[in-house]
Amino acid sequence: MAEKNIPMREALRAALREEMIRDERVFVMGQEVGAWEGTHKVTRGFLDEFGARRVRDTPISEMAIAGAAVGAAMAGLRPVAEIMTINFAFLAFDALINHAAKVRYMFDGQFKVPMVLRCATGWGNQATATHSHTPEPVFAHFPGLYLGCPSTPADAKGMLKAAIRDDNPVLFTEVIALYPKPGLVPDDPDFVLPIGKGDIKRAGKDVTIVAYGRGVEWSLDAAEMLAREGISCEVIDVRWLRPLDLPLIFESFKKTNRCVVVEESLPFYSFGSEIAAQLQEHMFDYMDAPIKRVSAMDVPLPYAKEIELMALPDAHKVVAAVKEII
Amino acid sequence: MSDLTRTTLTRAELIEAYHQMVLIRRFEEKCKELYNARKIGGVYLHLYNGQEATGVGAIKALKPTDHVITAYRDHGIAIAKGADVKRLMAEMFGKRTGVSGGKGGSMHLADVNVRMWGGYAIVGGHLPLAAGIALKSKYNDDGEVVLCFVGDGATNNGYFHEALNLSSVWDLPVVWLIENNLYGMGTPVHVASGQPELHKRAIAYGMKDYGRVDGMDFFAVYEVTQQAVEYARTTGPVLIEAITYRYEGHGVSDRIYMKRVEEMQMFQQRDPLIVMQTKLREMFPDIEPELAKVEPSVAAIVEEAVRFAEASPVPTAEDLTRNVYA
Ligand SMILES: Cc1ncc(C[n+]2csc(CCOP(=O)(O)OP(=O)(O)O)c2C)c(N)n1
Ligand SMILES: [Mg+2]
Repeated sequence: MAEKNIPMREALRAALREEMIRDERVFVMGQEVGAWEGTHKVTRGFLDEFGARRVRDTPISEMAIAGAAVGAAMAGLRPVAEIMTINFAFLAFDALINHAAKVRYMFDGQFKVPMVLRCATGWGNQATATHSHTPEPVFAHFPGLYLGCPSTPADAKGMLKAAIRDDNPVLFTEVIALYPKPGLVPDDPDFVLPIGKGDIKRAGKDVTIVAYGRGVEWSLDAAEMLAREGISCEVIDVRWLRPLDLPLIFESFKKTNRCVVVEESLPFYSFGSEIAAQLQEHMFDYMDAPIKRVSAMDVPLPYAKEIELMALPDAHKVVAAVKEII
Repeated sequence: MSDLTRTTLTRAELIEAYHQMVLIRRFEEKCKELYNARKIGGVYLHLYNGQEATGVGAIKALKPTDHVITAYRDHGIAIAKGADVKRLMAEMFGKRTGVSGGKGGSMHLADVNVRMWGGYAIVGGHLPLAAGIALKSKYNDDGEVVLCFVGDGATNNGYFHEALNLSSVWDLPVVWLIENNLYGMGTPVHVASGQPELHKRAIAYGMKDYGRVDGMDFFAVYEVTQQAVEYARTTGPVLIEAITYRYEGHGVSDRIYMKRVEEMQMFQQRDPLIVMQTKLREMFPDIEPELAKVEPSVAAIVEEAVRFAEASPVPTAEDLTRNVYA
């Protein structure tokens, strides 16, 4: 099968475009998705190709974007709604949690909610406290919603297609820093990666590093550095925070007996907390060392570059964490 | 006041509408009785007594293929849209045979078969869903209309603004019908709304304003909604404000409303059932025998519903975990 070396934003664009061609019910809506071609240019050319019926610019109305996507999905369309960045999805929290994630259950299966809400996520470039959130674990707290966050262009394509084809509501977050990064992506319009399946991004035997999104990049960099010192790390990209691929993590842990969890998000009630809890509940007999967590610091993100970076995780922090338990 | 000669409903349809209003009244009285007897559980039971003419009058102006969505004061709306009364009562009892499988309760009654999209208990939360359902009709050009009931209190949260504005910029086929029953819980409209003539909000959205209608008068509500529905079907969203009154207060826990004796008396003199009876007698001098049959027929339906609910099984452990996801 043919592959192309393209940046993640192009992989996402390809996924979206192919799904719109494949299924008339799929459409996009959000701020600046039309003439502006998307804040992150994922919908470049869409207005020309698909027209204003299927490429719908919205007002700056996050509650209505998420809520109208729920209604349209319940009624049989397959909206791919976009909220510019996840920082603004807090305004849509109610529609997502109380309605997208609940209507199927609350009305005992009378409705399906085949919607995707795409949000850019992540910090960087001194975006400051209100514009630097990576709150995936907060949203992943709630049953009824799926949450995916790809770390490579190929994953981005296969995961977004899976999200669009699935009959459940999916919050799909895209790391801003990864949009321009290239990778090999299959051309196949039916390249779909199953929801809830994680991926071993690097095989190893001494320590399991569990990550998602940008954390995968730091983990791979750390694994490379550690390999030079003879420490072999297995890097697992969960890809989906919900459903979470616990079997994949457990299998790796049975082999390594050690684990470091890496995330861009905050440490309290976090991704790392959940993985650590799962491991101690289910894998206690295999545990040879405390589970280590690498995350952002427990502060709002400041503006000044020097202290911004201080607050954030990176490959060196992952290396340090691994060395503490090896 | 309405012009009797303008109604397009047949005598049989009018009797049917009256029957439905009486059914709602007796259904609600029975719910209250059963709640006090602790057969209906929970802390939330918002009754529709007093507002029957608004719900039934508006819904009678729809085609069966049109859609209805409302807030948590939903029993009467569900009955008016044609949901099965037995299954509605079973939902009150938290039974497996309830419209929402015993998982939704009083505030979450939906019946997709009759296009009743549900009651929603987050104030304003269903408004963007209504816009989304209407977007499906616009997208597919299927000529269907969404009738969305909105509490007076709900006009003050952000959902109202975002959903009405979105419906306007997208020309969605929605009839927004504000049921102004003078209070949101204990707060009078003029205390909560800078512009207490709520229909005037339409101006802010460049939306067709159908003004205020006497919500205690079936004919008045029916006529204006009929015009509004046709406008929505062909042109775009509209706003109507119906002035009505809730006889039982906000919910079962409301003890303030009982002190509003004068106001209550004023509205009860124009009780929707009495207003309609009077008009039916004017229109059809020989209607007495038909009117006389209504109460016994309704009593039998309510009794049967209670029997059905009592005899029905409760949900199981499998029901507990079913329909979280599709
Ligand atoms: C977002 C939100 N805030 C507050 C509440 C609590 N609450 C429930 S009903 C209600 C009053 C709503 O009044 P109105 O919209 O006029 O409807 P009515 O009860 O009169 O039918 C309030 C404040 C809620 N359910 N949701
Ligand atoms: Mg009210």
